[in-house]
Amino acid sequence: MRVSERVASLKPSGIRKFFELIIGREDIISLGVGEPDFPVPWRIREEMIYSLEKGITSYTSNYGIYELRECIAKYYAKFGVKCSPENVMITTGVSEAVDIALRAILNPGEGVLIPEPCYVSYMPLTVVTGGVAISYPTTPDFIPTYEEMISLANKAEENDIRIKAVIVNYPNNPTGVSYTKSVLEEIADFAVEKDAIIISDEIYAELSYSFKHESVASLNGMFDRTVVLNGFSKAYSMTGFRVGYAIAPEDIFDAMLKIHQYCMLCAPVTSQIGAMEALKNGQNDLEEMKAEYLRRRNFFVKRIKKVLEVRKPDGAFYAFPLIAETGLSSEEFAKKLLFERKVAVVPGSAFGDCGEGYIRCAYAVGMDKLREAVDRIVEFVESL
Amino acid sequence: MDKKAQEVLKLLENNARLSNKEIAEMVGLSEEDIREIVKKAEENGIILKYKTLINWEKLGEEAVYAVIDIRVTLTREKSYDDIAKRIAKYPEVHAVRLISGDYDFQVVVKGKSLKDVSFFVAEKISTIPEVLTTVTHFVLRTYKEEGVLLFKEEEDRRLAITP
Repeated sequence: MRVSERVASLKPSGIRKFFELIIGREDIISLGVGEPDFPVPWRIREEMIYSLEKGITSYTSNYGIYELRECIAKYYAKFGVKCSPENVMITTGVSEAVDIALRAILNPGEGVLIPEPCYVSYMPLTVVTGGVAISYPTTPDFIPTYEEMISLANKAEENDIRIKAVIVNYPNNPTGVSYTKSVLEEIADFAVEKDAIIISDEIYAELSYSFKHESVASLNGMFDRTVVLNGFSKAYSMTGFRVGYAIAPEDIFDAMLKIHQYCMLCAPVTSQIGAMEALKNGQNDLEEMKAEYLRRRNFFVKRIKKVLEVRKPDGAFYAFPLIAETGLSSEEFAKKLLFERKVAVVPGSAFGDCGEGYIRCAYAVGMDKLREAVDRIVEFVESL
Repeated sequence: MDKKAQEVLKLLENNARLSNKEIAEMVGLSEEDIREIVKKAEENGIILKYKTLINWEKLGEEAVYAVIDIRVTLTREKSYDDIAKRIAKYPEVHAVRLISGDYDFQVVVKGKSLKDVSFFVAEKISTIPEVLTTVTHFVLRTYKEEGVLLFKEEEDRRLAITP
């Protein structure tokens, strides 16, 4: 075999498979898009355009532009984390940050506990790094508990797998669930008990509706055990600019930077400049987008509830209704809905085995489309 | 007025055709609550009117807009309010604003032709005894009106499915 065994062992992405079905079809309303429908706020684009006009086009420091790191260090106090710019590294999106965090932490054969359903990259990146991904199904309430984490870790230890890290993502893609302080404390207690590092993907932090987002790194003593990941794609719609960041304690920071400098060198300079403008002057734009997502959440949940059970999302822009009672599998449901009613959603099974029986609906579309889509889903379920 | 009521008004300001039911679903109140908020706002003159923003140019409708800067002189008998009310009552007049700077009023006038607007200004505005001078700026093109862009915005280029 010419390709690496580890890579060959990965299943193709469930989302990708689905995407092939609808590529190029314009009559379809897609609730399958995991990115904001708002364009990047104009002030941010203007700032990036100016920077290009001024000829700011070179590499930046491996760490990222210092002023941006300062902005982020100050900004993260909002979520309870006090850190210095020296703990902040600018990455090419959170995607890169997850990868280099795992590579910085893991030795071959070490375990990573991954509460599921979860974002599609955690498991493959763990495996490619040589780690062992331990799935932790959190259905039906999508909340991890101390006892269950400990018991999974103990079971792994019986097979000589030590849990080195746990990856949490809240508010969560695909469930929309976020973690309250008491849940974060259970995760922290687990990390302390098992001497594990928490990789905390907080990309949806700004889009928290039910309660104020707090970082697990803000809990007493946890900064030293946590790699916080965040970025500008969801809060400021800057998906295509690929700019995110990691906040990490010194030893892990240094290890991550070693990888980052070789595999990425630095995050794109134009994107870093846009990110700086976002943090300095983008707050109003963000609040407006957030208010609109909240209205869509209320609207979507209220209507879908007539026919499907769904937990009210605390944040992000996803709802994760249960469709098991229709008798269809996630994939059958999504396909039938797509072909018969021309609405695209993502089968829950794309986000881990325990996502079977659910579908992910992203309400990152305008109200007119959302209204049409939800009414079609309701009619579809009633027709089953 | 509480925050929710303000949010309801903002939604209506942007789209007056939203039904009470939909607004209720969006902000998480009951339909009855929305009806109550809207009724109160109408009664108190907070909601002035429900209008539709129409791009008449697309229908080939020829309309001429002009912005008129006006300088006036005040007397014991005639205040800014008195003069503004006289001007505002003409149906040709779209907006009247008291402004800071070199001029006192800024008035937007709509007419069928340049001549139409020019005559209106000459005959009805300039002849008001308190009006000292007027400057007429004809509008050549409008790019944004009432917060709405009148040129084509960017298309949605997102892929149909992303993680």
